[in-house]
Amino acid sequence: MNSSGYITALLESLIMISISGVLSILFGFLVAIVLIFTKEGGLNPKPALYNSLDFIINMFRSFPFIILMIMLFPLSRIIVGTSIGTQAAIVPLTIAAIPFAARIIEGSLNTVDAGIIEAARSFGSKNSQIIFKVMLVEALPNLVQGITNIFINIVGYSAMAGTIGGGGLGAVAINYGYYRWEDTILVITVIMIIVVVQIIQSIGNRVYKSLIK
Amino acid sequence: MIEIVNLEKQYGNQTVIKDVSFKIKNGEIFGIVGRSGVGKSTLLRCINALEPISGGDILIDGTSISSLDNEGIRQLRKKISMIFQNFNLLNQKTALENVSLPMEIWGIDKSKIMSKSKELLDLVGLRDKYDSKPKSLSGGEKQRVAIARALSMDPEILLCDEATSALDPNTTKEILSLLKKINEEFKITIVVVTHQMEVVKDICQRVAIMESGMVSALGDVDELFLNPGKSLKKLIGEDELEVLPKGTSIRLFFTKEFSNQSIITNMARELDVNFSIVWGKLENFSGNVLGSLVISIDDKDQEKIISYLEKKGIALEVIINE
Repeated sequence: MNSSGYITALLESLIMISISGVLSILFGFLVAIVLIFTKEGGLNPKPALYNSLDFIINMFRSFPFIILMIMLFPLSRIIVGTSIGTQAAIVPLTIAAIPFAARIIEGSLNTVDAGIIEAARSFGSKNSQIIFKVMLVEALPNLVQGITNIFINIVGYSAMAGTIGGGGLGAVAINYGYYRWEDTILVITVIMIIVVVQIIQSIGNRVYKSLIK
Repeated sequence: MIEIVNLEKQYGNQTVIKDVSFKIKNGEIFGIVGRSGVGKSTLLRCINALEPISGGDILIDGTSISSLDNEGIRQLRKKISMIFQNFNLLNQKTALENVSLPMEIWGIDKSKIMSKSKELLDLVGLRDKYDSKPKSLSGGEKQRVAIARALSMDPEILLCDEATSALDPNTTKEILSLLKKINEEFKITIVVVTHQMEVVKDICQRVAIMESGMVSALGDVDELFLNPGKSLKKLIGEDELEVLPKGTSIRLFFTKEFSNQSIITNMARELDVNFSIVWGKLENFSGNVLGSLVISIDDKDQEKIISYLEKKGIALEVIINE
Protein backbone atom coordinates (compact mmCIF):
# COMPACT_ATOMS: atom_id res chain seq x y z
CA MET A 1 0.00 0.00 0.00
CA ASN A 2 1.43 3.36 -1.03
CA SER A 3 1.22 6.64 0.79
CA SER A 4 -1.67 7.97 -1.27
CA GLY A 5 -3.70 5.00 -0.06
CA TYR A 6 -3.17 6.10 3.53
CA ILE A 7 -3.99 9.68 2.68
CA THR A 8 -7.23 8.70 0.97
CA ALA A 9 -8.17 6.60 4.00
CA LEU A 10 -7.29 9.46 6.33
CA LEU A 11 -9.40 11.91 4.34
CA GLU A 12 -12.31 9.48 4.35
CA SER A 13 -12.00 9.15 8.10
CA LEU A 14 -11.81 12.91 8.59
CA ILE A 15 -14.91 13.42 6.45
CA MET A 16 -16.85 10.78 8.38
CA ILE A 17 -15.72 12.17 11.72
CA SER A 18 -16.40 15.80 10.94
CA ILE A 19 -19.77 15.38 9.23
CA SER A 20 -21.19 12.95 11.76
CA GLY A 21 -19.55 14.93 14.58
CA VAL A 22 -21.22 18.17 13.55
CA LEU A 23 -24.56 16.50 12.83
CA SER A 24 -24.65 14.54 16.08
CA ILE A 25 -23.76 17.67 18.06
CA LEU A 26 -26.53 19.63 16.34
CA PHE A 27 -29.16 16.95 16.94
CA GLY A 28 -27.73 16.12 20.35
CA PHE A 29 -28.05 19.78 21.24
CA LEU A 30 -31.73 19.80 20.29
CA VAL A 31 -32.36 16.72 22.41
CA ALA A 32 -30.38 18.24 25.29
CA ILE A 33 -32.51 21.40 25.16
CA VAL A 34 -35.67 19.31 25.38
CA LEU A 35 -34.18 17.49 28.38
CA ILE A 36 -33.20 20.75 30.07
CA PHE A 37 -36.64 22.24 29.48
CA THR A 38 -38.65 19.25 30.64
CA LYS A 39 -36.62 17.96 33.57
CA GLU A 40 -37.93 18.25 37.12
CA GLY A 41 -37.26 21.82 38.22
CA GLY A 42 -36.47 22.77 34.62
CA LEU A 43 -37.77 25.75 32.69
CA ASN A 44 -40.94 23.93 31.67
CA PRO A 45 -41.16 20.63 33.58
CA LYS A 46 -42.87 17.78 31.74
CA PRO A 47 -41.96 14.59 33.63
CA ALA A 48 -43.61 12.19 31.14
CA LEU A 49 -41.72 13.57 28.15
CA TYR A 50 -38.46 13.77 30.07
CA ASN A 51 -38.71 10.20 31.33
CA SER A 52 -39.49 8.71 27.92
CA LEU A 53 -36.69 10.63 26.25
CA ASP A 54 -34.38 9.62 29.05
CA PHE A 55 -35.34 5.97 28.54
CA ILE A 56 -34.80 6.09 24.76
CA ILE A 57 -31.36 7.66 25.18
CA ASN A 58 -30.34 5.03 27.70
CA MET A 59 -31.62 2.30 25.41
CA PHE A 60 -29.60 3.54 22.43
CA ARG A 61 -26.52 3.92 24.59
CA SER A 62 -26.76 0.36 25.91
CA PHE A 63 -26.65 -1.18 22.43
CA PRO A 64 -23.27 -2.60 21.50
CA PHE A 65 -22.11 -0.11 18.88
CA ILE A 66 -21.38 -2.73 16.23
CA ILE A 67 -24.90 -4.17 16.47
CA LEU A 68 -26.43 -0.71 16.30
CA MET A 69 -24.37 0.03 13.18
CA ILE A 70 -25.47 -3.18 11.49
CA MET A 71 -29.09 -2.39 12.28
CA LEU A 72 -28.76 1.15 10.98
CA PHE A 73 -26.94 0.44 7.70
CA PRO A 74 -30.21 -0.28 5.84
CA LEU A 75 -31.27 3.22 6.83
CA SER A 76 -28.23 4.55 4.96
CA ARG A 77 -29.57 3.04 1.76
CA ILE A 78 -32.73 5.10 2.18
CA ILE A 79 -30.98 8.33 3.16
CA VAL A 80 -27.78 8.38 1.06
CA GLY A 81 -28.59 5.66 -1.48
CA THR A 82 -25.88 3.17 -0.55
CA SER A 83 -24.99 0.97 2.40
CA ILE A 84 -21.28 0.68 1.64
CA GLY A 85 -18.47 3.18 2.05
CA THR A 86 -17.77 6.47 3.75
CA GLN A 87 -21.05 8.18 2.92
CA ALA A 88 -23.05 5.20 4.11
CA ALA A 89 -21.19 5.09 7.42
CA ILE A 90 -22.04 8.69 8.24
CA VAL A 91 -25.71 7.86 8.86
CA PRO A 92 -25.30 5.16 11.54
CA LEU A 93 -22.33 7.00 13.02
CA THR A 94 -24.40 10.13 13.48
CA ILE A 95 -27.41 8.34 14.86
CA ALA A 96 -25.31 6.28 17.23
CA ALA A 97 -23.52 9.39 18.47
CA ILE A 98 -26.62 11.56 19.03
CA PRO A 99 -27.67 10.03 22.38
CA PHE A 100 -24.11 10.27 23.64
CA ALA A 101 -23.82 13.88 22.46
CA ALA A 102 -27.19 14.73 24.01
CA ARG A 103 -26.08 13.41 27.39
CA ILE A 104 -22.77 15.24 27.28
CA ILE A 105 -24.41 18.53 26.29
CA GLU A 106 -27.18 18.09 28.85
CA GLY A 107 -24.53 17.53 31.51
CA SER A 108 -22.68 20.69 30.46
CA LEU A 109 -25.80 22.84 30.52
CA ASN A 110 -26.69 21.42 33.93
CA THR A 111 -23.46 22.78 35.37
CA VAL A 112 -24.82 26.34 35.06
CA ASP A 113 -25.53 27.69 38.54
CA ALA A 114 -29.26 27.76 39.29
CA GLY A 115 -28.78 31.21 40.82
CA ILE A 116 -27.62 32.63 37.50
CA ILE A 117 -30.71 31.23 35.79
CA GLU A 118 -32.86 32.71 38.53
CA ALA A 119 -31.20 36.09 38.03
CA ALA A 120 -31.85 35.86 34.29
CA ARG A 121 -35.53 35.16 34.99
CA SER A 122 -35.62 38.04 37.45
CA PHE A 123 -34.71 40.57 34.77
CA GLY A 124 -37.30 39.26 32.35
CA SER A 125 -35.50 36.72 30.15
CA LYS A 126 -37.66 34.40 28.07
CA ASN A 127 -36.88 30.68 28.26
CA SER A 128 -35.21 30.71 24.85
CA GLN A 129 -33.04 33.64 25.94
CA ILE A 130 -32.09 31.76 29.09
CA ILE A 131 -30.85 28.86 26.96
CA PHE A 132 -29.01 30.86 24.32
CA LYS A 133 -27.91 34.03 26.09
CA VAL A 134 -27.23 32.62 29.53
CA MET A 135 -26.81 28.84 29.77
CA LEU A 136 -24.90 28.40 26.53
CA VAL A 137 -22.60 31.30 27.35
CA GLU A 138 -21.96 30.10 30.89
CA ALA A 139 -21.49 26.46 29.94
CA LEU A 140 -19.23 27.19 26.99
CA PRO A 141 -15.87 26.07 28.42
CA ASN A 142 -17.50 22.92 29.75
CA LEU A 143 -19.26 22.38 26.41
CA VAL A 144 -15.95 22.64 24.56
CA GLN A 145 -14.58 19.83 26.70
CA GLY A 146 -17.72 17.81 26.07
CA ILE A 147 -17.59 18.39 22.32
CA THR A 148 -13.96 17.29 22.29
CA ASN A 149 -15.09 14.10 23.97
CA ILE A 150 -17.87 13.59 21.45
CA PHE A 151 -15.44 13.92 18.53
CA ILE A 152 -12.94 11.52 20.05
CA ASN A 153 -15.70 9.02 20.62
CA ILE A 154 -16.73 9.33 17.00
CA VAL A 155 -13.13 8.64 15.93
CA GLY A 156 -13.43 5.34 17.76
CA TYR A 157 -16.88 4.64 16.30
CA SER A 158 -15.67 5.48 12.77
CA ALA A 159 -12.81 3.00 13.06
CA MET A 160 -15.32 0.33 14.03
CA ALA A 161 -17.60 1.33 11.16
CA GLY A 162 -14.71 0.42 8.86
CA THR A 163 -15.03 -3.21 9.85
CA ILE A 164 -18.58 -3.51 8.60
CA GLY A 165 -18.42 -1.69 5.32
CA GLY A 166 -17.57 1.87 6.18
CA GLY A 167 -14.43 3.43 4.69
CA GLY A 168 -11.49 5.23 6.22
CA LEU A 169 -8.57 4.22 8.40
CA GLY A 170 -10.61 1.63 10.28
CA ALA A 171 -11.42 -0.19 7.05
CA VAL A 172 -7.76 -0.17 5.97
CA ALA A 173 -6.66 -1.44 9.35
CA ILE A 174 -9.09 -4.34 9.35
CA ASN A 175 -9.04 -5.28 5.65
CA TYR A 176 -5.32 -4.93 4.90
CA GLY A 177 -3.68 -4.98 8.31
CA TYR A 178 -5.68 -7.64 10.09
CA TYR A 179 -7.20 -9.95 7.46
CA ARG A 180 -4.05 -9.97 5.28
CA TRP A 181 -1.64 -10.05 8.20
CA GLU A 182 0.18 -6.94 7.07
CA ASP A 183 1.42 -5.75 10.43
CA THR A 184 3.05 -2.61 9.01
CA ILE A 185 -0.25 -1.37 7.61
CA LEU A 186 -2.00 -2.19 10.89
CA VAL A 187 0.59 -0.29 12.91
CA ILE A 188 0.62 2.73 10.59
CA THR A 189 -3.18 3.10 10.56
CA VAL A 190 -3.39 2.71 14.32
CA ILE A 191 -0.70 5.39 14.74
CA MET A 192 -2.62 7.68 12.37
CA ILE A 193 -5.77 7.25 14.44
CA ILE A 194 -3.81 7.99 17.60
CA VAL A 195 -2.47 11.18 16.01
CA VAL A 196 -5.98 12.27 14.98
CA VAL A 197 -7.21 11.78 18.55
CA GLN A 198 -4.23 13.68 19.97
CA ILE A 199 -4.82 16.59 17.61
CA ILE A 200 -8.53 16.80 18.47
CA GLN A 201 -7.74 16.70 22.20
CA SER A 202 -5.10 19.40 22.00
CA ILE A 203 -7.34 21.69 19.96
CA GLY A 204 -10.07 21.13 22.57
CA ASN A 205 -7.66 21.92 25.40
CA ARG A 206 -6.49 25.11 23.75
CA VAL A 207 -9.97 26.43 23.13
CA TYR A 208 -10.94 25.53 26.68
CA LYS A 209 -7.95 27.36 28.14
CA SER A 210 -8.62 30.46 26.09
CA LEU A 211 -12.24 30.46 27.31
CA ILE A 212 -11.55 30.21 31.02
CA LYS A 213 -9.05 33.07 30.98
CA MET B 1 -46.91 50.65 46.18
CA ILE B 2 -46.63 46.96 46.94
CA GLU B 3 -49.68 45.56 48.68
CA ILE B 4 -49.43 42.05 50.02
CA VAL B 5 -52.89 40.72 50.72
CA ASN B 6 -53.51 37.50 52.68
CA LEU B 7 -50.57 35.89 50.91
CA GLU B 8 -50.27 32.11 51.15
CA LYS B 9 -47.49 29.92 49.81
CA GLN B 10 -47.25 26.16 49.95
CA TYR B 11 -44.68 23.69 48.69
CA GLY B 12 -46.66 20.49 48.42
CA ASN B 13 -48.20 20.03 51.85
CA GLN B 14 -45.79 22.34 53.57
CA THR B 15 -47.01 25.87 54.25
CA VAL B 16 -44.20 28.40 53.95
CA ILE B 17 -46.18 31.64 54.14
CA LYS B 18 -49.42 31.92 56.09
CA ASP B 19 -51.84 34.78 55.62
CA VAL B 20 -49.33 37.60 55.34
CA SER B 21 -50.61 41.11 54.66
CA PHE B 22 -48.76 44.42 54.65
CA LYS B 23 -47.98 47.35 52.41
CA ILE B 24 -44.70 48.74 51.21
CA LYS B 25 -44.83 52.43 50.35
CA ASN B 26 -43.29 53.97 47.28
CA GLY B 27 -39.77 55.23 47.84
CA GLU B 28 -39.15 53.64 51.22
CA ILE B 29 -36.52 51.12 52.23
CA PHE B 30 -38.44 48.27 53.77
CA GLY B 31 -36.83 45.40 55.66
CA ILE B 32 -38.04 41.85 56.07
CA VAL B 33 -36.11 40.09 58.85
CA GLY B 34 -36.21 36.71 60.44
CA ARG B 35 -34.18 33.61 61.02
CA SER B 36 -33.37 31.30 58.13
CA GLY B 37 -36.26 29.27 56.86
CA VAL B 38 -39.08 31.54 58.02
CA GLY B 39 -40.14 32.24 54.46
CA LYS B 40 -38.72 35.72 53.98
CA SER B 41 -36.81 34.94 50.77
CA THR B 42 -39.85 33.11 49.43
CA LEU B 43 -41.99 36.13 50.20
CA LEU B 44 -39.54 38.34 48.33
CA ARG B 45 -39.65 36.00 45.31
CA CYS B 46 -43.44 36.18 45.29
CA ILE B 47 -43.19 39.93 44.68
CA ASN B 48 -41.51 39.44 41.29
CA ALA B 49 -43.33 36.16 40.61
CA LEU B 50 -40.19 34.02 40.70
CA GLU B 51 -42.29 31.95 43.08
CA PRO B 52 -45.91 31.46 42.08
CA ILE B 53 -48.26 32.29 44.94
CA SER B 54 -50.68 29.70 46.32
CA GLY B 55 -53.31 32.05 47.73
CA GLY B 56 -54.07 35.70 48.39
CA ASP B 57 -52.52 38.28 46.12
CA ILE B 58 -49.85 40.89 45.65
CA LEU B 59 -50.73 44.20 44.04
CA ILE B 60 -47.99 46.24 42.43
CA ASP B 61 -49.31 49.78 41.89
CA GLY B 62 -52.76 48.25 41.83
CA THR B 63 -51.98 45.46 39.36
CA SER B 64 -52.68 42.01 40.71
CA ILE B 65 -49.80 39.58 40.18
CA SER B 66 -52.09 36.56 40.11
CA SER B 67 -53.90 38.02 37.09
CA LEU B 68 -50.76 38.25 34.94
CA ASP B 69 -49.86 35.87 32.11
CA ASN B 70 -46.25 35.03 31.19
CA GLU B 71 -45.76 38.18 29.16
CA GLY B 72 -47.35 40.26 31.91
CA ILE B 73 -44.92 38.78 34.41
CA ARG B 74 -42.01 39.59 32.12
CA GLN B 75 -43.18 43.19 31.87
CA LEU B 76 -43.53 43.29 35.65
CA ARG B 77 -39.94 42.12 36.07
CA LYS B 78 -38.81 45.02 33.93
CA LYS B 79 -39.78 47.37 36.72
CA ILE B 80 -38.88 45.10 39.64
CA SER B 81 -35.24 44.08 39.65
CA MET B 82 -33.38 41.95 42.12
CA ILE B 83 -29.95 41.37 43.65
CA PHE B 84 -28.82 38.21 45.40
CA GLN B 85 -26.60 36.91 48.18
CA ASN B 86 -24.32 35.14 45.70
CA PHE B 87 -24.43 37.98 43.16
CA ASN B 88 -25.39 35.58 40.33
CA LEU B 89 -23.27 37.24 37.68
CA LEU B 90 -22.36 35.42 34.48
CA ASN B 91 -18.80 34.23 35.00
CA GLN B 92 -18.07 34.15 31.29
CA LYS B 93 -18.98 37.81 30.80
CA THR B 94 -17.15 40.97 31.78
CA ALA B 95 -18.65 43.51 34.19
CA LEU B 96 -19.78 45.62 31.24
CA GLU B 97 -21.37 42.64 29.47
CA ASN B 98 -23.12 41.57 32.67
CA VAL B 99 -24.66 45.01 33.10
CA SER B 100 -25.67 45.00 29.42
CA LEU B 101 -27.44 41.65 29.52
CA PRO B 102 -30.92 42.76 30.68
CA MET B 103 -30.89 45.53 28.05
CA GLU B 104 -29.91 43.00 25.37
CA ILE B 105 -32.73 40.75 26.53
CA TRP B 106 -35.13 43.66 26.16
CA GLY B 107 -33.81 44.53 22.72
CA ILE B 108 -32.44 47.97 23.51
CA ASP B 109 -30.34 49.71 20.87
CA LYS B 110 -26.70 48.57 20.96
CA SER B 111 -25.09 52.00 21.18
CA LYS B 112 -27.43 52.96 23.98
CA ILE B 113 -26.62 49.76 25.88
CA MET B 114 -22.92 50.55 25.81
CA SER B 115 -23.23 54.10 27.11
CA LYS B 116 -25.78 53.18 29.75
CA SER B 117 -23.72 50.23 31.03
CA LYS B 118 -20.67 52.43 31.40
CA GLU B 119 -22.69 55.11 33.11
CA LEU B 120 -24.07 52.56 35.61
CA LEU B 121 -20.66 51.05 36.35
CA ASP B 122 -19.36 54.57 36.95
CA LEU B 123 -22.26 55.17 39.31
CA VAL B 124 -21.42 52.12 41.43
CA GLY B 125 -17.75 53.08 41.49
CA LEU B 126 -16.30 50.55 39.04
CA ARG B 127 -15.04 52.86 36.32
CA ASP B 128 -11.78 50.93 36.07
CA LYS B 129 -13.35 47.46 36.00
CA TYR B 130 -15.36 47.51 32.76
CA ASP B 131 -13.55 44.54 31.26
CA SER B 132 -12.98 42.50 34.41
CA LYS B 133 -14.68 39.16 34.72
CA PRO B 134 -16.34 38.25 38.04
CA LYS B 135 -13.45 35.89 38.82
CA SER B 136 -11.09 38.83 39.27
CA LEU B 137 -13.54 40.96 41.30
CA SER B 138 -13.95 41.01 45.08
CA GLY B 139 -17.31 40.18 46.70
CA GLY B 140 -18.17 43.84 47.14
CA GLU B 141 -17.27 44.61 43.55
CA LYS B 142 -19.39 41.72 42.31
CA GLN B 143 -22.37 43.03 44.24
CA ARG B 144 -21.76 46.49 42.73
CA VAL B 145 -21.86 44.97 39.25
CA ALA B 146 -25.08 43.16 40.22
CA ILE B 147 -26.55 46.46 41.47
CA ALA B 148 -25.58 48.18 38.20
CA ARG B 149 -27.20 45.32 36.30
CA ALA B 150 -30.33 45.63 38.43
CA LEU B 151 -30.57 49.34 37.61
CA SER B 152 -30.14 48.88 33.86
CA MET B 153 -33.85 48.80 33.02
CA ASP B 154 -34.66 51.79 35.28
CA PRO B 155 -36.68 49.77 37.80
CA GLU B 156 -39.14 51.25 40.28
CA ILE B 157 -38.51 48.55 42.85
CA LEU B 158 -35.29 46.80 43.88
CA LEU B 159 -35.50 43.51 45.77
CA CYS B 160 -32.43 42.58 47.82
CA ASP B 161 -32.17 38.95 48.92
CA GLU B 162 -29.54 38.77 51.68
CA ALA B 163 -27.47 41.05 49.47
CA THR B 164 -24.81 41.70 52.09
CA SER B 165 -24.78 38.35 53.87
CA ALA B 166 -21.73 37.09 51.99
CA LEU B 167 -19.73 40.27 52.56
CA ASP B 168 -17.43 41.42 55.36
CA PRO B 169 -18.64 44.20 57.71
CA ASN B 170 -16.83 47.06 55.95
CA THR B 171 -17.96 46.00 52.49
CA THR B 172 -21.47 45.56 53.87
CA LYS B 173 -21.42 49.22 55.00
CA GLU B 174 -20.27 50.35 51.56
CA ILE B 175 -22.95 48.37 49.75
CA LEU B 176 -25.61 49.64 52.16
CA SER B 177 -24.63 53.24 51.60
CA LEU B 178 -24.73 52.61 47.86
CA LEU B 179 -28.27 51.24 48.22
CA LYS B 180 -29.23 54.27 50.28
CA LYS B 181 -27.81 56.56 47.63
CA ILE B 182 -29.78 54.75 44.92
CA ASN B 183 -32.94 55.01 46.99
CA GLU B 184 -32.48 58.74 47.43
CA GLU B 185 -31.26 59.62 43.94
CA PHE B 186 -33.59 57.51 41.84
CA LYS B 187 -36.51 57.25 44.28
CA ILE B 188 -36.43 53.49 43.93
CA THR B 189 -38.39 51.49 46.49
CA ILE B 190 -36.05 48.97 48.08
CA VAL B 191 -37.17 45.78 49.81
CA VAL B 192 -34.42 44.20 51.87
CA VAL B 193 -34.56 40.63 53.09
CA THR B 194 -31.88 39.94 55.68
CA HIS B 195 -31.05 38.18 58.88
CA GLN B 196 -28.54 40.91 59.80
CA MET B 197 -29.98 43.40 62.28
CA GLU B 198 -27.29 45.96 61.41
CA VAL B 199 -28.65 46.09 57.87
CA VAL B 200 -32.13 46.88 59.10
CA LYS B 201 -30.91 49.50 61.56
CA ASP B 202 -28.62 51.04 58.99
CA ILE B 203 -30.90 51.60 56.04
CA CYS B 204 -34.50 50.51 56.64
CA GLN B 205 -37.26 52.90 57.57
CA ARG B 206 -39.80 50.21 58.28
CA VAL B 207 -39.47 46.54 58.98
CA ALA B 208 -41.55 43.39 59.13
CA ILE B 209 -40.35 40.62 61.41
CA MET B 210 -41.22 37.15 60.21
CA GLU B 211 -41.61 34.03 62.30
CA SER B 212 -42.55 30.66 60.83
CA GLY B 213 -44.29 32.03 57.76
CA MET B 214 -46.10 34.88 59.48
CA VAL B 215 -45.38 38.52 60.22
CA SER B 216 -45.00 38.80 63.98
CA ALA B 217 -44.22 42.51 64.16
CA LEU B 218 -44.26 45.42 61.77
CA GLY B 219 -43.45 49.07 62.17
CA ASP B 220 -40.92 51.88 62.09
CA VAL B 221 -37.43 50.59 62.70
CA ASP B 222 -36.40 53.01 65.45
CA GLU B 223 -39.57 52.43 67.44
CA LEU B 224 -39.38 48.67 67.08
CA PHE B 225 -35.78 48.46 68.16
CA LEU B 226 -36.09 50.88 71.03
CA ASN B 227 -39.08 49.11 72.41
CA PRO B 228 -38.64 45.62 71.12
CA GLY B 229 -41.59 43.30 71.48
CA LYS B 230 -41.30 39.62 72.17
CA SER B 231 -40.69 38.61 68.58
CA LEU B 232 -37.85 41.05 68.03
CA LYS B 233 -36.24 40.15 71.37
CA LYS B 234 -36.38 36.53 70.37
CA LEU B 235 -34.76 37.39 67.09
CA ILE B 236 -31.92 39.46 68.48
CA GLY B 237 -31.52 37.03 71.34
CA GLU B 238 -31.68 39.82 73.86
CA ASP B 239 -32.94 38.57 77.12
CA GLU B 240 -31.67 41.18 79.51
CA LEU B 241 -34.21 40.30 82.19
CA GLU B 242 -31.77 37.65 83.28
CA VAL B 243 -29.05 40.20 83.96
CA LEU B 244 -31.30 42.69 85.75
CA PRO B 245 -31.21 42.75 89.54
CA LYS B 246 -34.21 41.58 91.56
CA GLY B 247 -36.79 44.20 92.38
CA THR B 248 -38.17 47.07 90.42
CA SER B 249 -36.48 48.53 87.41
CA ILE B 250 -37.54 51.13 84.90
CA ARG B 251 -36.59 51.10 81.29
CA LEU B 252 -36.33 54.53 79.64
CA PHE B 253 -36.44 55.04 75.93
CA PHE B 254 -34.50 57.95 74.59
CA THR B 255 -35.89 59.11 71.32
CA LYS B 256 -34.27 61.68 69.05
CA GLU B 257 -35.43 64.73 71.07
CA PHE B 258 -34.03 63.50 74.36
CA SER B 259 -30.77 61.96 73.41
CA ASN B 260 -28.90 65.23 74.00
CA GLN B 261 -30.47 66.17 77.34
CA SER B 262 -29.13 65.17 80.71
CA ILE B 263 -32.36 63.56 81.86
CA ILE B 264 -30.88 61.09 84.31
CA THR B 265 -28.63 63.40 86.25
CA ASN B 266 -31.29 66.10 86.35
CA MET B 267 -33.78 63.65 87.74
CA ALA B 268 -31.44 62.50 90.48
CA ARG B 269 -30.81 66.09 91.53
CA GLU B 270 -34.37 67.33 91.33
CA LEU B 271 -36.08 64.35 92.98
CA ASP B 272 -33.21 63.60 95.32
CA VAL B 273 -33.44 59.88 94.64
CA ASN B 274 -30.81 57.20 94.29
CA PHE B 275 -30.84 54.50 91.68
CA SER B 276 -28.33 52.43 89.80
CA ILE B 277 -27.97 52.17 86.09
CA VAL B 278 -28.01 48.47 85.34
CA TRP B 279 -28.29 48.22 81.59
CA GLY B 280 -27.96 50.53 78.65
CA LYS B 281 -27.62 50.65 74.95
CA LEU B 282 -27.08 53.32 72.34
CA GLU B 283 -27.80 52.61 68.73
CA ASN B 284 -27.51 54.32 65.42
CA PHE B 285 -30.62 54.18 63.27
CA SER B 286 -30.10 55.66 59.84
CA GLY B 287 -27.99 58.38 61.46
CA ASN B 288 -30.15 59.02 64.55
CA VAL B 289 -28.57 58.04 67.83
CA LEU B 290 -31.18 56.54 70.08
CA GLY B 291 -30.92 54.60 73.27
CA SER B 292 -32.56 52.76 76.06
CA LEU B 293 -31.49 52.61 79.66
CA VAL B 294 -32.62 50.52 82.61
CA ILE B 295 -32.36 51.87 86.12
CA SER B 296 -32.92 49.82 89.23
CA ILE B 297 -34.88 51.80 91.83
CA ASP B 298 -36.29 51.60 95.33
CA ASP B 299 -39.94 50.56 95.28
CA LYS B 300 -40.89 53.64 97.30
CA ASP B 301 -39.52 55.98 94.64
CA GLN B 302 -41.40 54.33 91.81
CA GLU B 303 -44.35 56.73 91.59
CA LYS B 304 -42.18 59.80 91.93
CA ILE B 305 -39.85 58.72 89.17
CA ILE B 306 -42.58 57.65 86.81
CA SER B 307 -44.48 60.90 87.14
CA TYR B 308 -41.27 62.89 86.67
CA LEU B 309 -40.34 61.01 83.50
CA GLU B 310 -43.87 61.15 82.15
CA LYS B 311 -43.91 64.87 82.69
CA LYS B 312 -40.75 65.08 80.60
CA GLY B 313 -42.42 63.02 77.92
CA ILE B 314 -40.15 60.05 78.09
CA ALA B 315 -41.43 56.62 77.18
CA LEU B 316 -40.85 54.04 79.86
CA GLU B 317 -41.57 50.54 80.94
CA VAL B 318 -41.65 49.18 84.46
CA ILE B 319 -39.92 45.85 84.85
CA ILE B 320 -40.54 43.81 87.95
CA ASN B 321 -38.01 41.03 88.33
CA GLU B 322 -39.18 38.64 91.03
